[in-house]
Amino acid sequence: MSFHPNDVIRRGRAASIIVCGVLVFLLSAFFRAQVIRNQDYTLKSEENRLRQIPTPAPRGKIMDRNNKPIAENVVGYSVALLAQNEDTLRSTLTRLRGTIQLTNNQFEDAIKRYRRDATRPTVIVQDASFDVISALEEHRMDFPSLIVQSAPKRIYPTGEAVGGFVGFVGEINGDELAGMAGSGYKAGQLIGKQGLEKQYESVLRGREGIQFVEVDAKNRIVPNARAREAVTPQEGPVLYTNIDLDLQEYIHQLFADTLAGAVVAMVPQTGEVLALYSSPGIDPNRFVGGVSHSYYDSLTNDPRHPLYNKALQGKYPPGSTFKLATSVIALEDSLIDFNTHMPQTCNGYYYLGNRPWKCWRKEGHGSLDLYGAIAQSCDVYFYQLGQRITLSRFVAGGVGLGFDRKTGIDLPEEKRPDFPSSYPDYFNQKYGAKGWTSGEKELNLAIGQGENAQTVLNMARFYSALATDGTEPTPMIRRGQPKLTRQVRLTPDRIALLRKAMMGVVREGGTAAAAAIKGVNVAGKTGTAQTLRYSSGGKPLYYAWFAGMAPAEAPKVVVVVMVPDVTFEGATSAGLATKIIAHYLHTQVTNTIENTG
Amino acid sequence: MATTRRINVDLQLVVTAAILSLYGLAVVFSAGHTDVRTVATNAYRAQAVWLVVAILAAFAVSRASVRLIEWMTVPAYTFTVILLLALLVGLGSGGGTARSTAGWLTIAGHRLGQPAEFAKLTVVLMLARVLSQNRVAPKSMIELWKPIAVCGVPLLLIVAQGDLGTSIVFVGIFFSMLFWAGVSWQLLVLLASPVISLILGFDTVIWGAWFLALVGLVLWYKPFLGEALFVISASVMMGIVGPMVWEHMPMYRQNRLRVFLDPTVDPRGSGYHVIQSQTAIGSGGWLGRGYLQGPQKRLAFLPEQYTDFIFSVVGEELGFIGVTAALALFLFLFLRVIRISERANDSFSSLVAFGLLASWFTHVFENVGMTVGAMPITGIPLPFFSYGGSFMLACWLAIGVLARISSEGRGGKLGPLKV
Repeated sequence: MSFHPNDVIRRGRAASIIVCGVLVFLLSAFFRAQVIRNQDYTLKSEENRLRQIPTPAPRGKIMDRNNKPIAENVVGYSVALLAQNEDTLRSTLTRLRGTIQLTNNQFEDAIKRYRRDATRPTVIVQDASFDVISALEEHRMDFPSLIVQSAPKRIYPTGEAVGGFVGFVGEINGDELAGMAGSGYKAGQLIGKQGLEKQYESVLRGREGIQFVEVDAKNRIVPNARAREAVTPQEGPVLYTNIDLDLQEYIHQLFADTLAGAVVAMVPQTGEVLALYSSPGIDPNRFVGGVSHSYYDSLTNDPRHPLYNKALQGKYPPGSTFKLATSVIALEDSLIDFNTHMPQTCNGYYYLGNRPWKCWRKEGHGSLDLYGAIAQSCDVYFYQLGQRITLSRFVAGGVGLGFDRKTGIDLPEEKRPDFPSSYPDYFNQKYGAKGWTSGEKELNLAIGQGENAQTVLNMARFYSALATDGTEPTPMIRRGQPKLTRQVRLTPDRIALLRKAMMGVVREGGTAAAAAIKGVNVAGKTGTAQTLRYSSGGKPLYYAWFAGMAPAEAPKVVVVVMVPDVTFEGATSAGLATKIIAHYLHTQVTNTIENTG
Repeated sequence: MATTRRINVDLQLVVTAAILSLYGLAVVFSAGHTDVRTVATNAYRAQAVWLVVAILAAFAVSRASVRLIEWMTVPAYTFTVILLLALLVGLGSGGGTARSTAGWLTIAGHRLGQPAEFAKLTVVLMLARVLSQNRVAPKSMIELWKPIAVCGVPLLLIVAQGDLGTSIVFVGIFFSMLFWAGVSWQLLVLLASPVISLILGFDTVIWGAWFLALVGLVLWYKPFLGEALFVISASVMMGIVGPMVWEHMPMYRQNRLRVFLDPTVDPRGSGYHVIQSQTAIGSGGWLGRGYLQGPQKRLAFLPEQYTDFIFSVVGEELGFIGVTAALALFLFLFLRVIRISERANDSFSSLVAFGLLASWFTHVFENVGMTVGAMPITGIPLPFFSYGGSFMLACWLAIGVLARISSEGRGGKLGPLKV
């Protein structure tokens, strides 16, 4: 052993240097972590312990033109869970079943939500009842990862009455999430699913708030934690609409439970949609946050198709209501005038070649001018008018009047009506170059049958143009600047003459004389189109239309009513329409009197 | 020969150890302060009791002369080897405790202690005894067979228990004491070469460079032919065996090593400890989050916060200042022990002192290094800080021995022995 003092001191010095060197090395590692990278690690530590709990924003209310609520929010409660992984989620859910009722669907939905976004609290019960909340509060200590928070719940106070346009809200699904990428939507959030709620989603949604809670390594929430300050949610702005809720409810009550059909009422000068109704409808309240199977089944099993919007999506042959379009096309091209008589008088039939085409009135109408032909809806007159127009001009005229396009209403569900878009390509494509003759098409189209199926809304748009100087508005549900376009190329006084002709419909000798109302002149046109279906009693079923406006001299409202699959005719629909008109004008008058004292 | 009942207490040594222990106790107390109560909550009480016991034991040991200690070395060493054997045979309880690799001596269900902690002490004593018998420093490997055996037997027994961390301490003790005994660094490198080859064997280029350097060293140092052949062939073998050993390693151990290079490869598994520990330390900043306040510890993100990762609590709550203070105390203690080794009366005492230093030093280097990600994770405790009775007792027994050596050495009151 070499323990000479010099050797020992040399080795001692070497040992001291090594010890110092290692400790300086360690210290520098700490300096790097604690001083240089302090901010990174502080952030990491905060991420570890703080969980962001989104606090849902109340959606903007939807108001009618008199500021009555169409959609608003009430206080509800949601139950969510902070899960560390799927296994703990499953076990906690299983334990929760000892305290509250959880259906298998809720169980599986929660797992799905967790898989979609594990960083957010997993919602278990979207809209929890008071019983559930109090049961959970009682067992708060047993479920430290549970979050019970108030979540505004959407309600539609008038329910089924507004089901035709308001839509509803529900949890965002995978497709929507993918489609909305970049707009900040997250799994578990609510989104407008149909109607106004969908159309104005970006306006109504508001801004989600954030609440911070402190959690430990097992995701248990630490009570009274020293967490960060919360960001309060911002309610979405109010959506003001043109809807007249009073009128809408009146219509709903008119249709009662038995009658199916659709109504559109609008202000012709501006396109303000006063009412848009489809019967039977859906109760949007029952769709909020997920529709129950039983309710949904009852809707799909109903033969009258409540899920199918008859004002926006349903396309029906317009029948005689289209005779006004035929008249406009002929007048635009100066093919006739109001007192033009057709060469062949009506004796109940019109022969194309050797095939007889019936007029709806077997006895015939005799010789009529345009006024009479409109008032009495003489088919024979319009057969001849159709031939005079010729098919190519008819197609061009119909396209010019917008019968092959959507109206552009601010609702996502609107369907494009069916109408030949071009001549002769449309027919060649449909039937082959030699599979059709124009004569038959001319006759059919002239009386609103054949290749023509219109939405109720599109007919309302067209009649609005007849109610003004030929300028027609885009139907709008949201309150705002009207969008106007000129469609009918006739002078205002000629359009006034058309209205005069339509006044004949609701007058002695007209097709809807019984629908007249006191004190107001109604102008309109009935339509009775064949469905080619029969009632159980063997009677033919019709689409019963009425398109009208009042007061005829300076219309304030246009109403189109369509009732499908009924044995009665357009005249009955006219009765409904004039009631709606009377109700609207009456309340308007009373309102005016009230307002002016 | 003057024998006095009172020894001259090495105040610098004892006071430093006491401050470290109290600092450690305070941190154990804080480590128990979590939002949800755990076994750590009341650990500080047991630790305080152990500290008192340990100090009393240290006092008792310091009464025994170095000669008595030297006389007891062989039986003590034999006894610990028997204990380690007994653990292997079945008196141990491994599973179900705080650490899966804990080698506890258990009799009738009572956990009596961890013999490995005391084995460190007795191996130091035994090595000192064996090395101090040589008149000149060993110059060849064959001369080192005794120290290799002394260290190797308990090391193998502990490795057989699966406790890799403690075995690293034995390696540290072994090389440090050979160094202190005057063995040349060249021989130490040759001795270590198989292990280094094993570690470097994962990369052919690095291993090749190392191998060339080793050949150069052999040519320069000119050991016996047999030894030269042994060193070279061992290195070649390890270079081949290394990757095979790697493949046969249990997954958790592989991951520990992998994670050392990049903790993010397995953030929820093997990397979790390092990431959480680094986060705790890094978020401490200059002054820390405040005593008892550290969120990582409080919310249980920090694992083993009162045992192996206790230094992370120091980093999180007391910041860089607290870390510097702790490391400065350790540095002071180490330098003091080096001084004691230098001044020791005889080669046995000197070697014992240096061996104890080596043991602590390895612990601190490895434990503190792993909390900040500078060393791979092995489960060894931090002297005077980590919760654990056996270890606290072992540390203070060492202080007692050192105090005695100090007082018998030059500058001590008992003065150098006059033989």
